[in-house]
Amino acid sequence: MSVRHALLALLSEGPKYGLQLRQEFEAGTGEVWPLNVGQVYTTLQRLERDGLVESDDEGTDGPQKGFRITAAGEKELVGWLRTPPDLSSPPRDELVIKVLVALWVPGVDVHEVVQVHRRYLVELMQQWTHLKEDAAETDLRFVLVVDAELFRLDSVIRWLDAADGRLRRAAVESPPRVPLPLPKRRRRVGVRP
Amino acid sequence: MRGVSKVYGQGPTAVHALWDADLSVEPGALVAVMGPSGSGKSTLLTIAGSLEDPTRGEVLVDGASLSQMSRNDKARLRRRSIGYVFQDFNLLAGLTAVENVTLPLELDGLSAKRAHAAGMQALDELDLSDRASRFPDELSGGERQRVAIARAVVGDRLLLLADEPSGALDSINGEAVMRLIRAACRRGVAGVVVTHDAQLASWADRVVFLRDGRVVDQTSPPPSPETLLAPSPNS
Repeated sequence: MSVRHALLALLSEGPKYGLQLRQEFEAGTGEVWPLNVGQVYTTLQRLERDGLVESDDEGTDGPQKGFRITAAGEKELVGWLRTPPDLSSPPRDELVIKVLVALWVPGVDVHEVVQVHRRYLVELMQQWTHLKEDAAETDLRFVLVVDAELFRLDSVIRWLDAADGRLRRAAVESPPRVPLPLPKRRRRVGVRP
Repeated sequence: MRGVSKVYGQGPTAVHALWDADLSVEPGALVAVMGPSGSGKSTLLTIAGSLEDPTRGEVLVDGASLSQMSRNDKARLRRRSIGYVFQDFNLLAGLTAVENVTLPLELDGLSAKRAHAAGMQALDELDLSDRASRFPDELSGGERQRVAIARAVVGDRLLLLADEPSGALDSINGEAVMRLIRAACRRGVAGVVVTHDAQLASWADRVVFLRDGRVVDQTSPPPSPETLLAPSPNS
């Protein structure tokens, strides 16, 4: 989550005070991402240092200090909105690693491991769905955030389902796994830290 | 359902579609049954709805055992107390929306006038009053599924059974379908939805996981959803 760009976006509507920025940030993200006031002022100071915002008064700090976006700030914001996040290499996903590791450990039923995680994820989705059910229809930003979380969790469950199915099929079609000799070459796949 | 098993065929070719399945749903609760294709989800639903008899075990609806009922009693139970929602809607093409909804009531002997009033009320609750005299092919996919839900909840139904109820609808219309099923359950109906879709299942109070005909797991009652929105420690 780029607090820096979210603050630039709020300032693109017009000049604002620091506390006001914090309130509008939390309201605008469905109050799902709480933001402390120190984070707001630290970020504003860095934006000012980089020439992306400017403040009313050089001499005073505090809640009455107003900020406005500069032309360079507007250019930065527009460029950021259209820059895709780095999804080109797979993240180091802890759940994927757990399932892969479970295949090595003698006596561990990988399907049972998959089910433990599937159940946990469905329980999380139930909580998010209950929040959505209770949300007012007008609370569009909140519902968008909840949808994003539901789709993310759903995609993890779909991966678990596919992994479960592939492992069952592999168990039927292939002989039991025997330890392999050390590979001569390793395939390299880029991994985001 | 108590210890319900269903075996198709005999001897070495016998297929165990369900194996010693227990499932109870209280009035007002919605339970989702999740599992991959071939896990026994649809068999569970057809047995719960008395459309098929179990090989072993017992099914009780509102305390009455289906195995003790005559075929006529079971047919009456299906018409009066059990509503079905299918993936492909199953509306009759030659009947209007309201005629589709009132059909089970009229088959049960209710006068046409009273059945029509109940049907219009069910359509009204689903915001479909102005579509009452349209035929299924004059309705959108989302509207057809809402008519199917109206048909499933019309009258005094005790049990609502839904098989992949969002069918091929997009996620927004699928969510609308689940909101309606959820609302029907809040009014006191016991609901069972079978699905492979976690987003649909997450509308349920409890999710039961089926695998190879066996109930292998279920969710615990979730903690208050507000825990998801707990402020971070540094805020």
